[in-house]
Amino acid sequence: MNEKNKYKIDENTVREKLQEVMDPEIPKLSVVDLGVITGIQIDDENNVSITMTPTFAGCPAVEYMKNDIVEKLSALKAGVVKVDVNYDVQWNSNMITDRGREMLKESGFALPGKHNGLVQIELLQNVECPFCGSKQTDLRSTFGPTQCRAIHYCNNCLQSFEQFKPV
Amino acid sequence: MNGINDFTEIQTEAAKNLLYRLADDQLILGHRNSECTGLGPILEEDIAFSSMAQDKLGHSQALYQLLHNMGEKDPDTIAFTRKVNEYKCCHLVEYPIGEYDFSLMRHFLFDMSEAIRFNMLSSSSFEPLAKIARKFKGELKYHTMHAVTWINQLGTGSGESPFRIQKSLDVCFPLALGIFEPSKYEETLISEKIFFGEKALQEKWLEAVIPVLKNAGLVIPDIENVTAAYGGREGIHTEYLKPLIDEMTEVYKIDTGAEW
Repeated sequence: MNEKNKYKIDENTVREKLQEVMDPEIPKLSVVDLGVITGIQIDDENNVSITMTPTFAGCPAVEYMKNDIVEKLSALKAGVVKVDVNYDVQWNSNMITDRGREMLKESGFALPGKHNGLVQIELLQNVECPFCGSKQTDLRSTFGPTQCRAIHYCNNCLQSFEQFKPV
Repeated sequence: MNGINDFTEIQTEAAKNLLYRLADDQLILGHRNSECTGLGPILEEDIAFSSMAQDKLGHSQALYQLLHNMGEKDPDTIAFTRKVNEYKCCHLVEYPIGEYDFSLMRHFLFDMSEAIRFNMLSSSSFEPLAKIARKFKGELKYHTMHAVTWINQLGTGSGESPFRIQKSLDVCFPLALGIFEPSKYEETLISEKIFFGEKALQEKWLEAVIPVLKNAGLVIPDIENVTAAYGGREGIHTEYLKPLIDEMTEVYKIDTGAEW
C-alpha cells in the first residue's frame, strides 16, 4: 500500500465536523462552541477518541450529544469513534467561545458574565436584556427551564428573558 | 496526589465509605426534592426544587460512577438494588417533603454543608474525587444562593412565616447534625488528606449557617442540648427510607433493562 495515499483524518477535520453536533436545547450552539470538547485524539487507524466534559453533572443532553458525536464523526470514514465523558477538565461558562456567545445571543439568551472562577450574585444582577439591550432588569430566579438557565425580567421592554448562567 | 490504584486496602475502604455516604445523600435528597415538582408555593420555587433535584441526581451518578471505577457495581445497580440497611444516607434527607418551610430549611442546612464539603474535597489528595468536587462547587453556589435568599425572606417576613421557619429550624437542626456522623474511617481519611473529616466540616458549617439564621431573626437551637440524629451512616434509618426506596425502584424491579 502506498503510504502517501493513505487517508488520514486530522484534528481540524474532526473539530469542523463537531461544529455540526448541536446542543439539543440550543440548536444554533455546537458542542465545540459550548466548550465541552476537551480532547481529540486520532490514531494511525483513524480511530477517534473524543473527551467531553458535562456543563452540569446532571445534564440530560450529554447522552444525546455523545450519540450524535459518534454518528457525525462516523461519516468521516473514521475507524472506531469513542466518546469519554469525564471531569478531568471541569467546564465553566468562560469556556464558551466568542462564536458560541454570538449564537447564544442570536438564540435569545442573555450572556453569562465572564468571571475569575468565583460567581458572585452581582454577575446575575442588571444583566443586559437580549431583546432591547436595557440593563434595567431584575433577576427573577437563579433556576430556569434547564439547569444552565436563569430567569430575568426587563423593566424597559417588560418581557421575561432567560440567561445562560455564569458557572 | 492519589489515583484509584495508589490506595492501600484500608484507604480504598475509607474512600469508598465516604463516597457511598455522599452519593446516597444526593440520591435520596434528589428524589425528595423531585417530589416538590408541581407542589411549589410559586412557579419559580417549583422550578428551583426540580432543578436542584436534577443537580443532586447528577451528583449521585458521578459519585456512583467513581465507585464503579473503583470496582463496585455499575451506578444503576448500586443505586437501585441495595438493601435499605446498605444505604449510608443521613436521616435529614430521608424525611418526606412536608410543608414548604420544612423542605426549604432542609435544603438550606444540607446544601450549606455540601458547599463547604465539596470546597474542602476540591483539594483532596484523592484526585478523581477532587475533580468532581471542583465541578460540584460551582453548581452548589446556586443552591446556597437560593437557600440563603429564601431563609432571609421568610425569617424577616410578616405573618406566620417567621414562626413556621423557626419551627422548621427546630425540627431540622438535630437531623442536620446527623450529616456529620463520623465513621470509623475518619482517621484514615484525615491522615491521608482524602477528607478533612466530619468534625472539621461541622465546625465550618456552624460558622456559615449561624450568621445567616441570626440575620433572618431566628433563634439558634442550643447545640449542647440537642441530640444529633446519628445512625444513617451505619445503615440504621428512619421509617421513611424504605417506602421511598420501594417507590424509587418500582420500575427497575419490574424491568431492569427498561429504557426511557
